[in-house]
Amino acid sequence: MESSMKKNLQKIACKVRMGVIEGTYNAKSGHPGGSLSISELLTYLYFGKMRIDPENPENPDRDRFVLSKGHTAPALYAVLALKGYFPYEELKTLRHIGSDLQGHPSIHTKGVDMSSGSLGQGISAAAGMALAGKIDGKDYKVYTVLGDGEVEEGQVWEACMFASHYKLDNLVAIVDRNGLQIDGAITEVCSPEPITDKFRAFGWHVITADAHDFDSLEKAFDEADKITGKPVVIVQDSVKGRGVSYMENQVGWHGKAPNKDEYEQAMKELEEELRGLE
Amino acid sequence: MGDVIKKATRDSYGEALTELAKEYENLVVLDADLAAATKTAIFKKAYPDRFFDCGIAEENMMGVAAGLATCGKIPFASSFAMFSAGRAYEIVRNSIGYPHLNVKIGATHAGISVGEDGATHQCNEDIALMRTIPGMTIINPADDIEAKQAVRSAVEMEGPVYMRFGRLAVPVINDESYKFELGKGVVLREGSDVTIIATGLMVNEAVQAHDMLKNQGISARVVNIHTIKPIDRELICKCAEETGLIVTAEEHSVIGGLGSAVAEVVTESCPVRVVKIGVNDEYGYSGPALDLLKKFGLSAENIAEVTAKALAEK
Repeated sequence: MESSMKKNLQKIACKVRMGVIEGTYNAKSGHPGGSLSISELLTYLYFGKMRIDPENPENPDRDRFVLSKGHTAPALYAVLALKGYFPYEELKTLRHIGSDLQGHPSIHTKGVDMSSGSLGQGISAAAGMALAGKIDGKDYKVYTVLGDGEVEEGQVWEACMFASHYKLDNLVAIVDRNGLQIDGAITEVCSPEPITDKFRAFGWHVITADAHDFDSLEKAFDEADKITGKPVVIVQDSVKGRGVSYMENQVGWHGKAPNKDEYEQAMKELEEELRGLE
Repeated sequence: MGDVIKKATRDSYGEALTELAKEYENLVVLDADLAAATKTAIFKKAYPDRFFDCGIAEENMMGVAAGLATCGKIPFASSFAMFSAGRAYEIVRNSIGYPHLNVKIGATHAGISVGEDGATHQCNEDIALMRTIPGMTIINPADDIEAKQAVRSAVEMEGPVYMRFGRLAVPVINDESYKFELGKGVVLREGSDVTIIATGLMVNEAVQAHDMLKNQGISARVVNIHTIKPIDRELICKCAEETGLIVTAEEHSVIGGLGSAVAEVVTESCPVRVVKIGVNDEYGYSGPALDLLKKFGLSAENIAEVTAKALAEK
């Protein structure tokens, strides 16, 4: 990837993280850990990959995005705000009464293609969107992001069987493998591993990537574009809480908001990172 | 009675889909390995490119239907009531109901009249489950004519619809002149002593009960409530006020179904006694459908008996 583009994406990813902290701090709840682990991914999709236009959010030919791991909505909202779907200031209303920014994504929010958050359901809806594209002979793509804990849901594998059977090569699922879920390490709670082998067995083309390296993400999505006749999964290895030192790899930061001191420290760290990229 | 035509409403469903597909190019049908039973096989034969079997995976089917609807398709997700409303409840609630998507659920094999398959497949709880989903329209047609028009009505409206069909062939009680109106109950027999409000295959039983009661000198009004949600509050209250006693009859649990819906309206707006006939908080069991209906009191004879007793207590 060209270095100026990479730098630009890195800056946006940093701002997405600041939006995650801003949102969860003001909400006094929410899920920062898994939001921070997908910040590069959503940045890459919305600023480097997807065919979308905030001025025309309902365009039937647009690429679709479904956040199957819907609890990481703070990252989605931050990227949508930065993309211009709604003002960045709105992130402070996350989870407040009357806000468009619900705890989990709602289709009624500008830029959100599907309500999600009850785990395992987003990937089915994404498969339906991909099937509609096939029926209509359209060339849009559908992207959906799942958690590595989320793939413990049986519905995920029903969807995998379906997408493979109907050869939905316009569907790209990304599994955010940060290794942690609410009750602990995924391998200790009720291990869904080996995740890549499972997708392969279900007839998917499997790619692995480094979640925090834009070159690696670009390479993965370029490869995904070349695959025909089967759906693609990108299993990205990530660090839960990435970018905020005290949250990194800490299971306790799955669903907890920073207090004032923690908020200030996180923002200081992210501002420093951003300055370093200027 | 010899020339009564009998037909299962699941057949009406399959035929109506096939008919409507000509008019609605965006209509697609999903099934979960039950096309031969839900009768979507009729559609599949006519429109193989618009039929998608999801395999035995109802949760995913409902989610796929939701995704299709976001892209302008009108998906008819089809399976047995047990798996549509029961197994896939939370997907229907969160992926279809909450985003208020234009998905139509065709649920066949509802109620005790599934017969020999027994309790695991006899869904007496689906109306109760679906009623709790905000914005869900619920239709429980009584016969072939009504079922076909109900499917048309579902495709003509925007938003999620749950349609309830039966396995058992039941008498066709409406004629071709019948006009189905979503959300509007139908007065089938006039009466002044009591109103019997029925839905689905119990509508015909209620009409038979009317005649039995007539012989005893009882004037029973019979109302068909095919749309359980939104329910015809106006007609129900009119009946409550004019007849002072209501008996409900449904092939569903007495908890949460038509009887509950009627009682909710009546207690809120026009209080009179409501006596519920349905499956009494118990599971079904295997047996021939017609015998089971009798065993569970889902018959004209029992409606007449319960009604006469309630009237005596009035």
